[in-house]
Amino acid sequence: MSKQTKNRPPDRDLAPTIQKLRLRYAKRGRLRFSSHRDFQRALERALRRADIPMAYSAGFNPHPKISYSNSAPTGVASEAEYVEIGVTAMCDPEKVRRELDEALPPGLDVVEVVVAHGSDFAHRLEASLWKAEIAAPRAEVESAVAAVLASPEITVERLTKAGKRSFDARAGIVQFTLIDGETGAQTDQNVDGCVILHMVVRHITPSVRPDDVLAALKQVGGLVPQKPVRVTRLAQGPLALLDEVNYTVGDPFDLDRVSA
Amino acid sequence: MTSQALDHRLRGDSVFSELEMLLPFVGKPIQYVGGELNAVTKEWNDADVHWALMYPDAYEVGAPNQGVQILYEVLNEQNRVLAERTYAVWPDLETLMRENGVPQFTVDAHRSVGDFDLLGLSFSTELGYTNMLTALDLAGIPLHADQRDEHPIVIAGGHAAFNPEPISQFIDAAVLGDGEEAVLLITEIVRTWILAGRPGGREGVLLELAKTGCIYVPRFYDVEYLPDGRIQRVVPNRPDVPWRITKFTLMDLDAWPYPKAPLVPLAETVHERMSVEIFRGCTRGCRFCQAGMITRPVRERSITGIADMVENGLCKTGFEEVGLLSLSSADHSEIADVARNLADRYEKTQTSLSLPSTRVDAFNVDLANELSRNGRRSGLTFAPEGGSERIRRVINKLVSEEDLIRTVTTAYSAGWRNVKLYFMCGLPTETDEDVLQIATMAREVIRAGRIASGRRDIKCTVSIGGFVPKPHTPFQWAAQLDHESTDSRLRKLKEAIRDDREFGKAIGIRYHDGKPGIVEGLLSRGDRRVGNVIESAWRNGARFDGWSEHFSYDRWMESAEHGLDGTGVDVDWFTIREREYTEVLPWNHLDSGLDAEWLWEDWQDALSEVAVDDCRWTPCFDCGVCDQLDTEIQVGPTGVVDLPMPAPRPSQVLSGEPAP
Repeated sequence: MSKQTKNRPPDRDLAPTIQKLRLRYAKRGRLRFSSHRDFQRALERALRRADIPMAYSAGFNPHPKISYSNSAPTGVASEAEYVEIGVTAMCDPEKVRRELDEALPPGLDVVEVVVAHGSDFAHRLEASLWKAEIAAPRAEVESAVAAVLASPEITVERLTKAGKRSFDARAGIVQFTLIDGETGAQTDQNVDGCVILHMVVRHITPSVRPDDVLAALKQVGGLVPQKPVRVTRLAQGPLALLDEVNYTVGDPFDLDRVSA
Repeated sequence: MTSQALDHRLRGDSVFSELEMLLPFVGKPIQYVGGELNAVTKEWNDADVHWALMYPDAYEVGAPNQGVQILYEVLNEQNRVLAERTYAVWPDLETLMRENGVPQFTVDAHRSVGDFDLLGLSFSTELGYTNMLTALDLAGIPLHADQRDEHPIVIAGGHAAFNPEPISQFIDAAVLGDGEEAVLLITEIVRTWILAGRPGGREGVLLELAKTGCIYVPRFYDVEYLPDGRIQRVVPNRPDVPWRITKFTLMDLDAWPYPKAPLVPLAETVHERMSVEIFRGCTRGCRFCQAGMITRPVRERSITGIADMVENGLCKTGFEEVGLLSLSSADHSEIADVARNLADRYEKTQTSLSLPSTRVDAFNVDLANELSRNGRRSGLTFAPEGGSERIRRVINKLVSEEDLIRTVTTAYSAGWRNVKLYFMCGLPTETDEDVLQIATMAREVIRAGRIASGRRDIKCTVSIGGFVPKPHTPFQWAAQLDHESTDSRLRKLKEAIRDDREFGKAIGIRYHDGKPGIVEGLLSRGDRRVGNVIESAWRNGARFDGWSEHFSYDRWMESAEHGLDGTGVDVDWFTIREREYTEVLPWNHLDSGLDAEWLWEDWQDALSEVAVDDCRWTPCFDCGVCDQLDTEIQVGPTGVVDLPMPAPRPSQVLSGEPAP
């Protein structure tokens, strides 16, 4: 990239960022098959349609100021994805939520918007709570869970762009909970008889994704479901002890709300 | 369990829950789930007529297609008519669908394509033919039209449908020309037939369509051959069917401002922008250009019509780039005012404008400045098409070297760093020398650019496509260049550029080998006998033939040997053979409005290197279109020079608090 003065980007009236907003959105139903890049494009277009006064970066190709947090993998639904935007005028968070949700396709739903306080947001996302709907007998799931928890280390393989890589999936696993009485998403008759497993997984590097946990359950516990497992991220946020044994994943917006 | 569930499905029921089980195992699953902004789903039972519209390529190519989007919207606006879209599925999903009995589906409500009354296919290129066969087969529709019963009526449209003979055994009908009014006419005929209890069965409705004289039903025509393999004649086999079929021409673009609500796909596509068609047709008269011949006359959208579509489309989509679409966008009679007004309107909104097709001689400083005003500069592409002045006279692309140098100088001094130039190889009468002149031209471009910009880092990318003679053009009689000669010429050009020490590094070169062009040539100018080749290639695994990673020349040649066995003709006969004036061409009974005699004279002029001008600014030279079709050129100026700024939309999200 040449730094010569001749090639400087044109002067534009670039309004400064005067407010930062944090958005929680959900990826539901068939739109769980959208990738992170798909969501990025959809969001940028929705921001324009909803007339959100976005702040832009300088340069030849100005980009709206948006920062994304760790997004759920393609094919995984989520109730708790987070994104931060910079705007050039003071906005009402609830109005932003409403207009933006209206401008996004159904299935990409803006759940909550808060005014940002503090710059430590990424650090608040310590862990995720995942829900897995597993088409297998309950006893098999139970024994697989026990086998995983009993193993100090479980090396799984994942295909990445750089080729196959191996890492320890057990290191991220915090807690499993079998949920009674719930039989899966109401909208889908195919998950009848599924076992619902809640999995708390810590965000570590390399990241342990839900399919890595399922790979561990298969590898160590011999769990082979009859159908693809449907996974939903229910929450991500600070990891806290609920009581002496049980962990919970908190709400990362708590700190923004307190400061407001 | 899956197939059992599918067996109990009612007509129009969704197959999504079965498809969903397969999606975790395929690439880019988002392309199969629909849910685009501005997509429409209707209740099955609320419609009398159900259309499935297919663009026979991958979703990423098909979803932005304007033709399909226009028809989708025109049809869904109708009462009791439903239209949904379907695209070619990649081989990974095709395999899983076959294993699990999941049929070809629409992306809107995930209905089985076999449930629809009509399946309309838009063929921009012949290389989509095998994807049609995959879709028919997955939909449970017999490949051969004469074996269909209560299956959808399969109708081909798009540019390739101007010679539908190679696919005539797979389609029930073909439509030539503009689709907007055609689909409405077909809908009414089919609706009447359905509501009357389907009199005469399938053949009954096809006959009603054929009688209109503008819908081609191949089964009502017989082709007779001469002993040497040429066609003797194409003759209707029923008394009430016309001898010739005429193309549709839409005359008032401003009355058809579609798409009004362009689709916004979630998946990444080949065109990440909104398009507004600023005019249809082209009379520049480039002899190789099928689009310019079959879409005459020129019909402009007015400056106000364009501006309204841009404003409305941006509101409804949120796209940040607007492409002003046509066959040669800078030729719009009011392009300067259009560009200036749009640049004014969207100056502060990070919205950029682009002209996807721009002629070298119509580009100027003002236009360059308007397009780059908000700082975004997309690439600039010009298409001189031929390397030498002589060959440009042959093809009637009247662009002089001075025009080109002047234009690129403008572009380089306005800040562009890379200019792309598009050429063809294998044009009639072409020699090695004509192609080598491409290198000379690129050198001159860089030389002029370095002077104009005062910089050494400017680039020029030369892109070369193999010429394929197309039906309904003056080159329809020409011999196609064999692929060995194409490759040899391109090799010499590449060496000439590589060996240039002063400019070689500033010139990029892109080209494909000559083999795919031979298959395209076979499909373009083929007749009904080529149908067996297509089926055979498909059975041997041909899919996505427009994609080099899926295309196999050897597979096509083996299939041609088998498919043409016993006909006395072969691939060379269809491709590298020159035709005589008297030969009955497979598409002679399909009327694009062009006068056969005029086309032949234009072909003779090409051989004598005589150019003809554009009838927009010289007297009519009797190509035949306006006379035969009772149409006329519609161009500005409209007298409108300045457009009012659109009313600002008050933001709905402000809190009213002062900034901290």
